Amino acid sequence: MSRQPPAARDHSSFVKRWIFTTSHRAIAVQYLVLALTAVTVGTLLSLLMRIHRVWPDLVLPFYGVMKPEDYLALVTMHGTLMVFFVLTVAPQSAFPNLVLAEQIGARQMVFPRLNETAFWLTALSFLTLLAAFFVPAGAPISGWTSYPPFSAIAAAGPGQGAGMDLWLASISIFCVASVLASVNLLSTILLERCPGMTWSRLPLTVWSWLVTSILTLLAFSVLLAAALLLISDRHFGTSFFVPAGDLVNQLIVGHGDGSPLLWLHLFWFFGHPEVYIAILPGMGLASSLFANFTRRPVTGYKFMAAATVAIGMLGLVVWGHHMFVSGMNPYAGTAFALTTMAIAIPSTGEVLGWIGMLLPGGLRLTTPMLFALGFLSFFIAGGLTGPILAQPALDSYLHNTFFVIAHFHLVMAMAGIFSVFAGVYYWFPLLTGRLMNDMLGKLHFWISIIAAYGAFLPMHFAGLAGEPRHYAQLTGPSWSFTNLISLERGITDSAILLICAQFLFLANVVWSARKGALAEENPWQATTLEWCSSKNVRVYRGPYEYGLRPGKTDFTPQWEPDPKQE
Amino acid sequence: MSSIPWMPPNGALHGIALDHLMRWNLLALVTLFCLAHILLIIALLRRKKRIPHPDAAKAGFGLAKFVALLALCVLYIWMAITAERLWAANRFEGASPEALQVEVVGVQFQWYFRYPGQDAAFGITRPQLVSPAAGNPLGLDPDDPHSHDDVVSSILILPAGHEVDLRLRAFDVIHGFFIPGMRLKQNAVPGLVLHVHFTPQLPGTYPILCSQVCGLGHSRMQAQLHVLPQTEYDKWIAAREHSNLAAQASATP
Repeated sequence: MSRQPPAARDHSSFVKRWIFTTSHRAIAVQYLVLALTAVTVGTLLSLLMRIHRVWPDLVLPFYGVMKPEDYLALVTMHGTLMVFFVLTVAPQSAFPNLVLAEQIGARQMVFPRLNETAFWLTALSFLTLLAAFFVPAGAPISGWTSYPPFSAIAAAGPGQGAGMDLWLASISIFCVASVLASVNLLSTILLERCPGMTWSRLPLTVWSWLVTSILTLLAFSVLLAAALLLISDRHFGTSFFVPAGDLVNQLIVGHGDGSPLLWLHLFWFFGHPEVYIAILPGMGLASSLFANFTRRPVTGYKFMAAATVAIGMLGLVVWGHHMFVSGMNPYAGTAFALTTMAIAIPSTGEVLGWIGMLLPGGLRLTTPMLFALGFLSFFIAGGLTGPILAQPALDSYLHNTFFVIAHFHLVMAMAGIFSVFAGVYYWFPLLTGRLMNDMLGKLHFWISIIAAYGAFLPMHFAGLAGEPRHYAQLTGPSWSFTNLISLERGITDSAILLICAQFLFLANVVWSARKGALAEENPWQATTLEWCSSKNVRVYRGPYEYGLRPGKTDFTPQWEPDPKQE
Repeated sequence: MSSIPWMPPNGALHGIALDHLMRWNLLALVTLFCLAHILLIIALLRRKKRIPHPDAAKAGFGLAKFVALLALCVLYIWMAITAERLWAANRFEGASPEALQVEVVGVQFQWYFRYPGQDAAFGITRPQLVSPAAGNPLGLDPDDPHSHDDVVSSILILPAGHEVDLRLRAFDVIHGFFIPGMRLKQNAVPGLVLHVHFTPQLPGTYPILCSQVCGLGHSRMQAQLHVLPQTEYDKWIAAREHSNLAAQASATP
C-alpha cells in the first residue's frame, strides 16, 4: 500500500503494526482478511457441492468421485464457515473495529488487549475448524446445526469422530472470542461516547452494533454451554442429549436418559439471534448509505432505531420456529409462530422507511449505494418468505426443503454479503486513502445481483417440489425430482457466474489500494464522525443532516458547531 | 391436480386446506415483492434532484408509511390467524379412536412400518433384540404375546379415506418423516414417541423421504406409501396377518 492507514503510522515493525496490535483499525484489517479467507474457502466448498449436484459421477482431479459423506462434509463446513467466520466476523467484528470508535468520537476501544485477544481466538477457532478436513474420516457430516444423537456418537457416521471433536472445539473457542469482543463493543458504546453524542445522535450503525452486541453476549454464551455439554456427552460419560437405549450401528450407546430436543432448544436459542447478528449491522449501514446517497435525512430516525431494538429483542423469543416439526409441543409451535410473525412488523417498518427515502429519486448511484440497494432487494425477497415459513402448517410441508435454503440464502447470506460489500466500497478510503474503482465496482454489482437471483430464486421451486436439503443426489423413488435436474443446472451455472464475478472485486481491491484515485478527506460528503479528521471532537447534531440546501455543501456534519451559538 | 406450480399432487384430506393457504400466501407475497421492486425501479429512474423539506431531519415516520405498515400488519394478522387455525385443526387434537394405528420407525437408513395386527396392540420391542439379519429389525420381544401378530413392512400401505394415526420412533439419530404428496412432515426422535394423524384420500403411490440429515445414506433413506382402496387394503393386511400366524404356528409345535 502506498499510504499507511492513520492508525499505524508509527515506525514499529510489521509484526507489531499488523500482527500483535492493539490498534482497532489494524484489528479490523485482521478480521477482514480472516473473513476474506473464510469466504474464499466456503465458496470453493459450495462450488464443489453445486458441481456434484449436477454431475454426480464426475471424477475430481486428485480426488476421485465424491462420496455422499463427502458431500455432507462440504455442506457442514460451508455452513459453519459462512455463518460464523463470514457473516458474523465481517459485520459484527471487522466493521465495528473499523469505524465504531470513530463514529462515537472515541479515540479507541475500551479494552484494546481484550479486542486483540478476541481476534486471535477467532483465528485459532478458524484453524481448528479447517483442521477437521485433515483428520482421519474427515470433516463432520451432521450439518452446521449438529443435531444429537448424530453429533454425539462417533459411530453414527464418518467424520463424527475426530472431525466432530474439532468442530465442537472450534465453535467453543469462537463463542469465547465473540463474548469477549461483544463486551468490548458494548462497553465502548456505553462509556466512550464523546461530549454531545447523546442516544438520539447515534448513527444507526451504532444502534445496530449495540443491539447485536447484546445478542452476541446472550446467544453465544448459550451456544458455548451447549457445545460444552455435547463435548461432555461425547467424552465424559454424561447423557444430556442421548436417550436411554439409543441404538447406533446395532450397539446400544444410550445410558442415561437425555433429550435430543434439549440441544435443539439451546442451539436455536443461539441460532436465531445469530441471524440478526449477521443482518442488523447491514440494516444500520443501509440506513446511513441511503441518507448519504439520497442526500436526505433518515425519515423517522427514532422509529428506525426503535425498530432495530425491537427486532433484536423479538429475535430472542422466536427460536421455536425452527422446531415446528421437531416433536415440540404443538401449542408451543403456535406461540413461536406468533412471536415470529410479530418480527415482520418492525422489519416491514424499516423497509417502508427505506423505500420512503428512496422513492423521491435523485439517487447518487455510487458503488456502495448500489450494493446497499442490492441489500434491500435481497432483504425484501428473502424477508417475504419469512411469514410463510413462520406458519407451522405451511412449514410442516416446507421445513428442511430448498425453500428454506432459498429463504436464508437471500435474507441472510446475500443481503448480509451485499451489505459487507457496501461497507468495503464505502469505507475503503479510511484504510487506503484511495477510492475503489467505480466502473469495476458497478460491473461487480450488476453481475453479482443477477447471478445471485439466478442461483437462489429457483431454489424456491425445488423447495415447493418437496426437495429436501442435505441430499447428495436426487435419486430413489422420489421420481418427481428428475424434473428438477434442469433447474439444478441453471442454479449451478448462476453460482459459477456469481463466483467468477467476485474476481472483479478482488482485482478492484488490489488495484485500487495501489493505484486508485486519491480520496478527499470526506469523499462521500458524509455527516458521521468516521470522516472527521480531528481527534478531539464534540457532537452538535443528529447523524443525518443531509440536503439542507442546494449545492455541494448541502450537509452539516455532526462535528460542525451551530453558527448561532458561537 | 395441484394448482401450485412445482408442488406434487396432493392426496391427503388436510392437504386441500393447506394448498389453499399456500396459494394465497404465495400470491400475496409475490405481489408484495413485485410492488416493492417497482417502487425501487421508480426511485432508480427518477433522476431529478429534489430538495427535502428543511424540517425533514426532525420529521417523524410519515403518515403514508404508517398507513402502509398498518395495511401490511392486517395482512400478517390474517396470515397468523388462518395459519394457526389450520395448525390447530391438524395438530392440537389426536386422532379419532377409530383411526388406523401404524408405527413408523426410522433407522439409518431405512423406514420400517408396523401394524398391530388383530389384537390391535403393538408388541413390546427391545433394542437388545434388534437384528435385521435374524429377521427382527425392530427388536420385537417373542415373549410378549402382543408381538406375535404384529405386521412389519418396508412399504407403508394405507386404505384410502380412513384416518391413520402414525406413532413415530427412531432408533439411532433424528430422522425426518416426510411424505410430500400427503403434505406431512414430522421428525422421528430417539427416545420419544410422536404422533401425527392424517387421512389419505387418493389411491396411488407416494414417495416417503427423510428430511433430517441422518448420515451418509440420508439421501437414499426413502420408502413408498401405497394408498389402496379399502377392500384391497383389507385383503393385503389379512394376508400378512395370516402368514404371520402361520409362521408362529409352525415355530411353536
